[in-house]
Amino acid sequence: MSSSANNPLPRAALPWALVTPALGWTLLFFVLPFVAMGLSSLTAHEGGGFTLSNYSQFFTNPSYWQAMVNSLQVTAIVTVISVLLAYPFAWILAEQVPERWQRLALMLAVLPFWTSYVVRSYSWLLVLAQNGVVNRALTGSGLISEPLQLANTRFATVTGFVHFFVMLLTLTIFANLKQLSPSYRKAAADLGAGPVRTFLHVVLPLTLPGIMVGAFLTFVLCIGDYITPQILGGNNELLMPQLVMMQIGRRGDFPLASALSIILMAVVTIAYLACARWLKIERA
Amino acid sequence: MSHAASNPLSMLKTHLRTAAAAAALLLSTGAQAADLNALIWCDHADPALLQPFEEANGVKVNVKEFEGTGAGLAIVEQSQPGDWDVMMIDSIDIPRGVEKGLFEPLPEDKLPLADLFAQVKMDGSTVVGGKRYGITEKFGYNTIGYNKTKVDPADMQSMAALTGDKYKGKVAIYDYYLPVIGMAALAIGKKTADLTEADLPALKDELLKMKANAKLVGEVTASQTALATGEVDILVGGGEWVTAGLAKENPALDFSIPKEGAVLWSQSLAMFKDSKNKDMALKFIQYIMSPEGQARLATSSCYWGMPANTKAALTDDQKKVLRFDEQPGFLARAQAYPAPNADLDKKMQDMWTEMLQVK
Repeated sequence: MSSSANNPLPRAALPWALVTPALGWTLLFFVLPFVAMGLSSLTAHEGGGFTLSNYSQFFTNPSYWQAMVNSLQVTAIVTVISVLLAYPFAWILAEQVPERWQRLALMLAVLPFWTSYVVRSYSWLLVLAQNGVVNRALTGSGLISEPLQLANTRFATVTGFVHFFVMLLTLTIFANLKQLSPSYRKAAADLGAGPVRTFLHVVLPLTLPGIMVGAFLTFVLCIGDYITPQILGGNNELLMPQLVMMQIGRRGDFPLASALSIILMAVVTIAYLACARWLKIERA
Repeated sequence: MSHAASNPLSMLKTHLRTAAAAAALLLSTGAQAADLNALIWCDHADPALLQPFEEANGVKVNVKEFEGTGAGLAIVEQSQPGDWDVMMIDSIDIPRGVEKGLFEPLPEDKLPLADLFAQVKMDGSTVVGGKRYGITEKFGYNTIGYNKTKVDPADMQSMAALTGDKYKGKVAIYDYYLPVIGMAALAIGKKTADLTEADLPALKDELLKMKANAKLVGEVTASQTALATGEVDILVGGGEWVTAGLAKENPALDFSIPKEGAVLWSQSLAMFKDSKNKDMALKFIQYIMSPEGQARLATSSCYWGMPANTKAALTDDQKKVLRFDEQPGFLARAQAYPAPNADLDKKMQDMWTEMLQVK
């Protein structure tokens, strides 16, 4: 008879022992800071008493509200474009590239991750500048006579984001496509479905979880990003992370910055709940 | 027990701050008691500035950069008393530090106050309750920076050029609300020191006119890059701090003090009351204020600016780039940095936010 059979308590305690480090980590680096941020958001910047004004400011100041609208618009555009570009890319990698070349192709696909995020954003600024590669090519080829304003615009912000997130989405969708058993396609073909019908009615629905996971990751990372819009957007419109940072610089208004951060977090939570519910329906 | 201390939110915040400070100490890079710990802007991180002091005094200067007084004061609040010895701060914000009980009065007889440009002593901010808590070390102007090969320098003598059609789309605005609001005040004939809430609508109109002409509103690096690469030809809020450091690579960059005037910025040094190394902190301040320290600070690799000390050991070329000899005239036309109270400051920042959101 084993010792564990003699003493069932350690066996029961084992799962808790295994999850304790993760729970501790989450408590220390997520729950505690979140509680601190929540309490800070309910504190007046001047005087320190309890207040809800940090939240009411968001709903009553049109500039603050506009920052959320801008963030949601940019995030939606980036997510949709990234999915539309990443899916065919992942499909080509998974289905058309010979298996022995797939590893190299994947490595090339993630190459942009190897450079610093800030450096990559400044590089885009130079590429899209008035005297940058794109404008020179367009004016040189005679397609346009005057350089276009590409840098310091929403277009530049979206471009910088899409460059990054297409790679991320490609990886998640590629993994999903590779897990898909070839039997499904064979069965569809046996039943008389053509390649387009098989893709639309079999492959696409079965890879939707991968798309949703990638899209949700894109949404979360994009809506909370400060660097890309700050460098590429030229401050011609403010997004939520920029609005949060503005409160800290000179005035040190951490309560308002906390309230804005919590509102942003609430939006991310709503997005998560929407995705989770949708995924659950698909699985059913 | 005070009301603040008995408030459960305040108690939790106090405990969290203590925990954060303890964690910061655990994670610190091994600073020693003999080291000098300074909270600074990037111009003080230049090894060419710090090394001579470190070698002469056998001390290591540990620096931590911050942007904006609010962020700097937050670092202090999250630290243990005595963690920091010296702070570099906007001159107008010294009273904020004094109000929080952070700073130690400086011995005036041990500082070269008589050698400073009279207009930049800023006693209204650096002296509180009859005691000096800061000394101006560097200054300059938020004015019009431009590329003289792309624009007519005569146009840059008036702020009207910033809102006219001639340079539409060739303008960048420096992304800091106080100095640019100060410039808007000058443009509409208001004194920066007299701004009140009643002036905000007129200031907003002027800002919106500037924004309509602007290609971007950028922080230091972005606006400097835009001017240097030809993305724009004019920088609203620019000055020697943008053009002087780039003079070798791009001698076409220059700045003007238009007929309406310019906004004077100035940065100061202060010593922490709880410093455990006050003698060395004072030595550091004396070094920065010495002719040699002033020359190195003025030409720091991060950004150039005018030394507060008239005896700064600058070369003739450096003086020419900084337009050292023209300072008396410039200073006579410059106005103080806006120093609003907390309520007006908040309203000004919200007005700036509104301006940024207008497309």
